[in-house]
Amino acid sequence: MSSTSANAVEHAPSPSPGAARALLRRYLDGDEVAHVITLVFAASIILITSLLVYQLWLNSAASRHAFGWHFWISQTWDPVFEHFGALPFIYGTMVTSAVSLVIALPLGLAAAIFLSELAPRNISDTISFLIDLLAAVPSVIYGLLGIFVVVPLMRTTIGPALKGAFGFLHIFSGPNYGVGFLTAGIVLAIMIVPFIISVSREVLLTVPREQREAAMGLGATRWEATWKVVVPWARTGIMGSVFLALARAVGETMAVTMVIGNDPKITASLFAPGYTIAAVIANEFTEATGSLYLSALIELGLVLFLITFILNGLARLLILATERGGGHPV
Amino acid sequence: MMRIRLIWRKSLNVVMLTLTGVAAFAVVSVLFMILGYLIYNGGKSLNWAFFTQLPKPVGETGGGMANAIVGSMKLLVLAALMGLPVGLIAGVYLAEFGGRTFAFIVRYTTDLLNGVPSIVMGIFAYSLVVLPMKHFSTWAGGVALGIMVIPITLRATEEFLHSVPNSLREGAMALGASKWKTIATVILPAAKGGIITGMLLSLARVAGETAPLLFTAFGNQFWSPGFNQPIASLPVMIYTYAIAPYEDWHRQAWAAGLVLLGLVLLANVGTRLALSRGGGSRSV
Amino acid sequence: MASAAQGSDATAARLSPKVDKVEVSDHSAAASKKEAPVRFQISNLNFFYGAKQAVFDVNLSIPAKKVTALIGPSGCGKSTFLRTLNRMNELIRHSRVVGDIRLDGQDILQMDVVALRRRVGMVFQRPNPFPKSIYDNVAYGLRINGYKGRLDDLVEHSLRRAALWEEVKDYLHKSAFALSGGQQQRLCIARALAVDPEVLLLDEPCSALDPVTTAKIEELMFHLKDSCTMAIVTHNMQQAARASDFTAFMLDGKLIEHSETSKLFTTPHDPRTEAYITGRFG
Repeated sequence: MSSTSANAVEHAPSPSPGAARALLRRYLDGDEVAHVITLVFAASIILITSLLVYQLWLNSAASRHAFGWHFWISQTWDPVFEHFGALPFIYGTMVTSAVSLVIALPLGLAAAIFLSELAPRNISDTISFLIDLLAAVPSVIYGLLGIFVVVPLMRTTIGPALKGAFGFLHIFSGPNYGVGFLTAGIVLAIMIVPFIISVSREVLLTVPREQREAAMGLGATRWEATWKVVVPWARTGIMGSVFLALARAVGETMAVTMVIGNDPKITASLFAPGYTIAAVIANEFTEATGSLYLSALIELGLVLFLITFILNGLARLLILATERGGGHPV
Repeated sequence: MMRIRLIWRKSLNVVMLTLTGVAAFAVVSVLFMILGYLIYNGGKSLNWAFFTQLPKPVGETGGGMANAIVGSMKLLVLAALMGLPVGLIAGVYLAEFGGRTFAFIVRYTTDLLNGVPSIVMGIFAYSLVVLPMKHFSTWAGGVALGIMVIPITLRATEEFLHSVPNSLREGAMALGASKWKTIATVILPAAKGGIITGMLLSLARVAGETAPLLFTAFGNQFWSPGFNQPIASLPVMIYTYAIAPYEDWHRQAWAAGLVLLGLVLLANVGTRLALSRGGGSRSV
Repeated sequence: MASAAQGSDATAARLSPKVDKVEVSDHSAAASKKEAPVRFQISNLNFFYGAKQAVFDVNLSIPAKKVTALIGPSGCGKSTFLRTLNRMNELIRHSRVVGDIRLDGQDILQMDVVALRRRVGMVFQRPNPFPKSIYDNVAYGLRINGYKGRLDDLVEHSLRRAALWEEVKDYLHKSAFALSGGQQQRLCIARALAVDPEVLLLDEPCSALDPVTTAKIEELMFHLKDSCTMAIVTHNMQQAARASDFTAFMLDGKLIEHSETSKLFTTPHDPRTEAYITGRFG
């Protein structure tokens, strides 16, 4: 370390050689190198994702060429005669997701309202933390509880109760073995409810206090203020949470596979066994004999990818819209 | 008339608000129910043999899941080695270097990757690794899990690097530190608590994943030396045993479930607690 | 390190926080009698944030081993100007410097910026110690500049120069955040001094601190003068009057007046200067 000189020394006014050497040192020193290295790693993510889509497209080619658009509407799933159609699985995925939403949305929204409007902050934070832990539970463990707890419950208690009360409806007709669309829907509902709660709660907390105060100042009850003013304000974000949860439900594999009954049929009854896209891939991928079979399964994977891509995209748009624009006018 | 309407509104108020509380507690109680069932059913099947023995052949009782426990660990190590550096360094890029459009594309793609169903990730790893190798392997499982680790790690890295106040960057640069030195010696250490938490959480998440392993790592009755062979893992064992018709296997599935959930919850709770307590004032 | 200044009793009285009148430095009068060598020579400096110009054609010289104060109302460009001297403004996107800035005759815009910042250090408005130990904070600049020597001695030396050694010598490995605000700022001064800069730039270093700490820092500036040229931006005129040898008054990005502190505060040339220092605006 040179010590400071006592007098200012007049240097020659052209420092170019020094500057060039300094420039070179900077390049070697690492800022540019660091920039390039980090950029390469960031770009690799784009590469991986593109490769994923490409592989899905490539490996489903045989099936796409054999069946074309017919794949989406055909109900046949026949590995022996190699006729494959996606409709039963799309149906099963849609039905289980719909059932799960029907259960999870009211439950989740109600819980979110409790956590954002009623509970004191520290209780709300603790409960939110616990609910977040639910989201961390692995899918296969939900499946485990599904098989050994929900399925027997469905067979002995829930099923008969629903049949007794609503047996005249098509959706509750038919024999009840415990596995099926309804059971899968219930298990899925528990799995997606934490997402609805956590996103909705956050969105509800951002609703300005003045909104609530205005409603209550007009003589509304707490509930009326919440339901008629606060929740509509957060409407877009809550919708976003629904799409997010839906995207999760659609892609859920293990828990569903373990309780859905694995039957590629389209039935109206919720008690009937069914099949989802994720479940059939999980069950039959390693058994697939013949490349057309495998290709059909991979095409199903492509379908699943597209569905989740769209749902996640919508979810992100909606959540982004709430962050930007505040609320919609009621 | 108004009086009756008012009573109705007030009662509705109480009923609905109570229902919301019931909903919240119902959801929370599910968590405790899950824990309860696992502890009860898994606890009584958990013994020393579970941790030390290999699975017995079909039909015989007893045995354990030692190979699955080790298998899960090997897969996690692979996933960590492959995915954590990518997430970390890409996160550094986004937080410290990124240009507007490219960074946006990277973030969007990462979110996309995060939303890919895990079974599709399994298909991807299958086509990348299993097809060329012509057999299942630990590598394939590691690749599938490794890719899944990237988005969570990246988001945590970016978020916590951003949270480091600019005054620290200025202080370091005013002393003559170049940009990368500032990042390496001041900013990353300052953010390291949150980043490590993100990494641990991402590992905890993939540790419980089953679907991506079904046709990559596949499964193994025995030990799996090296990385070229199929390998057992806890989640896949749980699945296989749970759907089988053997009572003894169900017992073991519960035990495995308890172990898996225990580890996952421990990681989640532990890291979150450490993060909230650590704050920013500890020396790095 | 105490300089043998004339009238050190007057100095002590001057720096006492109990003083409530504006008292004027009587140092520079003696020093300016001889031709003082200049550390920084700034000519025709213009600075732009994107399309908006913040500094207009400033010509200023900063003499060696003296304290030059920059005063002016908020937003007059004094901080912006200061930050061009160690090219910190380059951290801001779309910023542009036009003009000539020479450190000891060398154009700083052509210099390696890392080398420049080793020679020209900066202390910021709010203390910004790193989340490291006290020792590691002071040693940081030394380590990254590749200094291989007895770090312990240099750390102690810097802490002494910053008048912090006695207070922290037994706690060098505690976190910097365990210190009070005033101590943290002195730590930042020690950190900046550790690399032995020729010039120290101080950007309103006392604005977040209490009067007692402010007095301590002004006192240490006085002792540092002999080894380190200083330029300090301050919105506190009394501080400028107390602690500096030369003062420059800026307004709306332009340099209005620059002279010895005693002259500027007693007989300013420009009416705007007079209006500012008598408190008619600012």
